[in-house]
Amino acid sequence: MLNFTLKQLTTELAAKRVSSVEVAEFFLKRINTLGKTLNAFISVDAEKTLTAAQAADRLIAAGKAGPLTGVPVAHKDIFCAKGWLTTCGSKMLANFRAPYDAHVIEQFNAAGAVTVGKTNMDEFAMGSSNETSFFGPVRNPWNTQTVPGGSSGGSAAAVAARLAPVATGTDTGGSIRQPAALTGICGLKPTYGVVSRYGMIAFASSLDQAGPFAKTAEDLGIMLNAMAGFDPRDSTSLERAREDYTRDLEKPLAGLRVGLPREFFAEGMSPDVAKAIDEAIAQYRKLGCTMVEVSLPNMKLSVPVYYVLAPAEASSNLSRFDGVRYGYRAPEYGDLSDMYKKSRAQGFGAEVKRRILIGTYVLSHGYYDAYYIKAQKLRRLIAQDFVAAFKQCDVILGPTSPGTAFKIGEKSGDPVQMYLSDIYTIAVNLAGLPGMSLPCGFDRANLPVGMQLIGDYFGEAKMLNVAHQYQLATDWHMRMPQGI
Amino acid sequence: MSLILDDVNRIAHLARIEVDAKEAEQVLGHLSGIFALIGEMQAVDTAGVAPMSHAQDLMLRLRDDAVTEADQHAAFQAIAPQVEADLYLVPKVIE
Amino acid sequence: MKWEVVIGLETHAQLSTRSKIFSGSSTAFGASPNSQASAVDIALPGVLPVLNRGAVERAIRFGLAVGATISPRSIFARKNYFYPDLPKGYQISQYELPVVQGGSLTVMVGDVEKTVRLTRAHLEEDAGKSLHEDFRGMSGIDLNRAGTPLLEIVTEPDMASAEEAVAYAKALHALVQWIGICDGNMQEGSFRCDANVSIRRPGEPLGTRCEIKNLNSFNFMEKAIQYEVRRQTELIEDGGRVVQETRLYDPDRDETRSMRSKEDAMDYRYFPDPDLLPLEITPQWIAQVKAEMRELPGTKRGLYLTGYGLSAYDAQLLTQSFEWSDYFETALAACGLADKAAAAKQIANLMTGELAATLNRSETEITDAPVKPGALAGLVRKCVDGTLNNKMAKEVFAAMWAGEGDADAIIEQRGLKQISDSGEIEKIVDQVLAANAKSVEEFRAGKEKAFNALVGQVMKATKGKANPTQVNDLLKKKLAG
Repeated sequence: MLNFTLKQLTTELAAKRVSSVEVAEFFLKRINTLGKTLNAFISVDAEKTLTAAQAADRLIAAGKAGPLTGVPVAHKDIFCAKGWLTTCGSKMLANFRAPYDAHVIEQFNAAGAVTVGKTNMDEFAMGSSNETSFFGPVRNPWNTQTVPGGSSGGSAAAVAARLAPVATGTDTGGSIRQPAALTGICGLKPTYGVVSRYGMIAFASSLDQAGPFAKTAEDLGIMLNAMAGFDPRDSTSLERAREDYTRDLEKPLAGLRVGLPREFFAEGMSPDVAKAIDEAIAQYRKLGCTMVEVSLPNMKLSVPVYYVLAPAEASSNLSRFDGVRYGYRAPEYGDLSDMYKKSRAQGFGAEVKRRILIGTYVLSHGYYDAYYIKAQKLRRLIAQDFVAAFKQCDVILGPTSPGTAFKIGEKSGDPVQMYLSDIYTIAVNLAGLPGMSLPCGFDRANLPVGMQLIGDYFGEAKMLNVAHQYQLATDWHMRMPQGI
Repeated sequence: MSLILDDVNRIAHLARIEVDAKEAEQVLGHLSGIFALIGEMQAVDTAGVAPMSHAQDLMLRLRDDAVTEADQHAAFQAIAPQVEADLYLVPKVIE
Repeated sequence: MKWEVVIGLETHAQLSTRSKIFSGSSTAFGASPNSQASAVDIALPGVLPVLNRGAVERAIRFGLAVGATISPRSIFARKNYFYPDLPKGYQISQYELPVVQGGSLTVMVGDVEKTVRLTRAHLEEDAGKSLHEDFRGMSGIDLNRAGTPLLEIVTEPDMASAEEAVAYAKALHALVQWIGICDGNMQEGSFRCDANVSIRRPGEPLGTRCEIKNLNSFNFMEKAIQYEVRRQTELIEDGGRVVQETRLYDPDRDETRSMRSKEDAMDYRYFPDPDLLPLEITPQWIAQVKAEMRELPGTKRGLYLTGYGLSAYDAQLLTQSFEWSDYFETALAACGLADKAAAAKQIANLMTGELAATLNRSETEITDAPVKPGALAGLVRKCVDGTLNNKMAKEVFAAMWAGEGDADAIIEQRGLKQISDSGEIEKIVDQVLAANAKSVEEFRAGKEKAFNALVGQVMKATKGKANPTQVNDLLKKKLAG
């Protein structure tokens, strides 16, 4: 069961060779042992989980099971789940028991999936290493001295360490793809608007998008089928016909044009990552793909643009955490202003405060045009680069992250270095495009390397097809960390 | 544009985050580095480019004017820091 | 040297939607605390706004009513500031591209027409309320009002006196109710005005302005502006300088005072709300709203003036609200008279006279008046056909109000028939002239007043039933002869 894909697990459940309760107990046990070592979860509630598993078993017995019924899913602690602690990795919400379900949670509940716990994450999804969590850093199962990436580090580590077969995450600047790469699993960020943001605690509203983690591209497709869908409660949710994201998995890749952005390969990639990516390119050639050089000339500005726009939106989104209606309130304070200032100073961690201050500054009087508007204009240029590139190719390929998992503490003292580790992922969020990461090799320290695929708008099914065909030809995605 | 300590104190006040003198120095150091990175934006000419606020060029969807919410104040206030007589309590508001 | 007063008004009109602007909570007034504050209204983590079509539709109606440009595309922005009655830490409002731009409102200031230009009107959400009853040194927050839709209507600095400002505010108050976008209830805060007041020497650039808040009645508005003008004049004449600030009007002390809490060097950090896409208003939508809209008070006034020959005063009163104009027009139609002008004049007289006075005395709204327009029409017919004179009409009206039946029945029952038989009147006039030789002499000596005394005698002799016009004519003829 340890290494079952979602697809395999569903088959076993449907054939009643294993029950949902047994599956849940199996993973809960792992979460309570290895999960603790990795610090992958913030909350586990065996009673709730087993109750859901029992309900799933009844559905299966009644022949009413769907593709996710009885399957354990680990949810990033950014999704409000009724009755569950929903902390967003912050002291601010350390005692916040959500009084409602996020759309994503509703969708999984409706499908009969079983929540096995809420996973650790960078505080308010702000981080690339999972070190900013109030609940402590998550450890990478491939080497517990290294980070799993972030911000969805708990979900990525959970799938990589086989604490759950699949998990959910969110991606504002790479927070699904980068941890997927650093932990040797698959993660997908859909086109902006495909998954409802309702009930997902906002970081940067115009960039945030939820997506799945899994071991295979096929599983990602099954997960995305459950997560995607129109939701009238999110004004940016897209009204589109339902689609089956697994529909194109088996299509052969012959004739596919794979775009290689010149700027991705220019500099910055570690030699081990470069080598793994080159080998992946070679594999795609073998599969009949044509490589096309494309250019994303403004991509180099995506980091500065992101660090204006995301903090600006965040500074405003996080104003609701004021100690009045829910969340942390300082134990001692003077007047109203002092209550705000102390509650927020004590309730938020250093990185969150840093980004709130950046955002406040770029929106403040006299700086708005030079920073915020300038960044929005560059955002358009970056998006237009992709539009031009997709005239020449069907999918874009490159690295997910410039390096592999780094040591805990290595970059946490230098925010700029940390921010630059998202150089390949951020532009995708700015453009609102779908992107995914899948494992494509290892570095000399046996840490996984991820390759990134970027699709055109609504190109999820094609992207998954491209990834699945690669996974039929390779076995990187089935490698497991040792000793788990 | 380089940041000074006054900027840090001004934005910390706007953002209602208490920052003591020592922290302010440290924050200034970090923010200065970040703004050096952000400053790279100014190298590109963006004259005539329309700012992009949203990933998609779509128009707002509207809801019908109908009451769909029921009273949930008991559930919502169960997680509030301080409540009395169904009101959220805060230090005295002075107008 | 004289000072010129410059006033601009900002009005927050609560839009009369059933649900809030961005959530499905009820907007009903007076519910128990926080019972109408949904997850969206209290800004739980993860919730998102969805715009109410009804709020936009009302903004379009307003734009059409004031001849403004309705933006085909407008943007919602976040106005960021911390306040306990503002749950998100920002207010969703419109900043750079408001839904309504320009337009104007023409109002009567006394007998003079005045046109006030509008800068804009934008949609935004209301905040909650801070209750200052003492909870051991703390305030209580009720978020029922948070998220109620508002239309903020901003004028150019076009008003030059408290009187003009009040005339504009009253006209706007009437208009928003007329077009059905706001209930106008000032006690409940549905219609709130802030005034920007400054003074300058004629010909000089605009002076520094102060924003006066808490003008929740027309009376307070007038007094607050007058006070503020006095304060600024004295300040400058004593060599001081006006500081730009927000001031609160205190009706108990009849003065304005600085609001220190708002002095906080406000930097609202407006930016487009990433949760809300641009609002599109198509020409088709505007046309549809227009087709469903009532005729505007200005159009009605024009008809009453030129079509029915009513006075400007009457036309103004009859268009004070849609209900008044509707009453008037229903009554006019019910009269079924060919001479519309005569009927209109008679209805106007009764409405602006007896009806208005009685409504006022009994604190009744026109829609609740026991004398319905159809019944009034019955009375009007009896006036126009000469059965009743004004005095008798008043008596009949009062009886109708008291529920004694329709006009015909009351006239019958009380024997109230005007004497229009000229022979009969002539007989009485002769008697009166004979019996009041002194008055006759005085009149002939040039004392006009004596004529009225003689009319009064004739009316007295007929117990008020004589046709006053005929009495006048006969008296004049006899006295001349």
